[in-house]
Amino acid sequence: MKIGIMVSEGPYNHQASDTAYLFARNAIEKGHSVPRVFFYHDGVNNSTKLTQPPQDDRNVVSRWSKLAEEHGVDLVVCIAAGMRRGITDDILAPGFRISGLGQLVEAGIQCDRLVTFGD
Amino acid sequence: MSDMMDDMEEGGEGVVKKFMFVNRKAPHGTIYALEGLEVVLVSAAFDQDVSLVFVDDGVYELIKGVNTKGIEVKDFSKAYRALEGYDVEKLYVEKASMDARGLTEGDLIVDVTVLDSAEMANLMAEQDVVISY
Amino acid sequence: MLHIVNKSATERNSLESALRMATKGSAVLLIEDAVYAATQGSVAAAKIQSAMADVQIYALGPDLDARGMSSRVLDGVKVVDYGGFVDLVTEHNCCQSWL
Repeated sequence: MKIGIMVSEGPYNHQASDTAYLFARNAIEKGHSVPRVFFYHDGVNNSTKLTQPPQDDRNVVSRWSKLAEEHGVDLVVCIAAGMRRGITDDILAPGFRISGLGQLVEAGIQCDRLVTFGD
Repeated sequence: MSDMMDDMEEGGEGVVKKFMFVNRKAPHGTIYALEGLEVVLVSAAFDQDVSLVFVDDGVYELIKGVNTKGIEVKDFSKAYRALEGYDVEKLYVEKASMDARGLTEGDLIVDVTVLDSAEMANLMAEQDVVISY
Repeated sequence: MLHIVNKSATERNSLESALRMATKGSAVLLIEDAVYAATQGSVAAAKIQSAMADVQIYALGPDLDARGMSSRVLDGVKVVDYGGFVDLVTEHNCCQSWL
């Protein structure tokens, strides 16, 4: 089954991105596909390569990048929400791309399920 | 673009799904109401069967008589009136949520359909995609 | 329909709203801070217990563990892992997150 995901909160401040990531990884391990994760609201802050978490903590951003690299997950950052929060192409971590809100609606249309993770 | 995305591009044409946007947050205190509205406006371009519902503090998004000058923030409440122009005409408000806030239909900036909780539950259960804030 | 609740019932009203709009036969999954509601002695426990007549309540095990609440789970609440979360999403036609 194709499962789309929306993440509405940034990393660390809320558990949303952690839960979304663990959900996505487990969905893929179970043989489903996660064609797209759409980052909206403060969720756009999951995409910046400038984050530097302490070494003994998980790296939320690079975990998403790894999922994109290994499983072809399309990580889409909302352009309007991203511009509001200073997210531009030159600070994107690998695997992320900036695009419009239409990508969220499209994921809703084309995936079998769309699951939202937020606060 | 990945293979999976290529897969996703196929067969998307002509699909009409029931999309419900669930608004549960008051405006201004957080950005969810405003950015939620932006998704709704974009969804209109996809020719889907769109419903907008307002429950809990979401009903405050539709209140009349807003003046945001003092907080120096854009008043987007007028935009709910423009939804009709985007063919987004299914607006639903839960009666219990209005009651709990001392509001009636006359307090709202747009025409809505008022549903009791069971009707709202049934409407929600009919949807293909629910996006909430 | 799968209703997903992630907020503590003693902080927000999302559990209450989810239960109000969960039709008979639907499922409610408690994740993150919402798992506290599924534990013995919590003020939300009575709401969960009365809801169980019509809906199945699930709680995410790793979130219970992380909060030291695994031994306090109410009878009748089914504990699932992330794989079980995925199964719930695929088994139901649609899901709604009560953020």
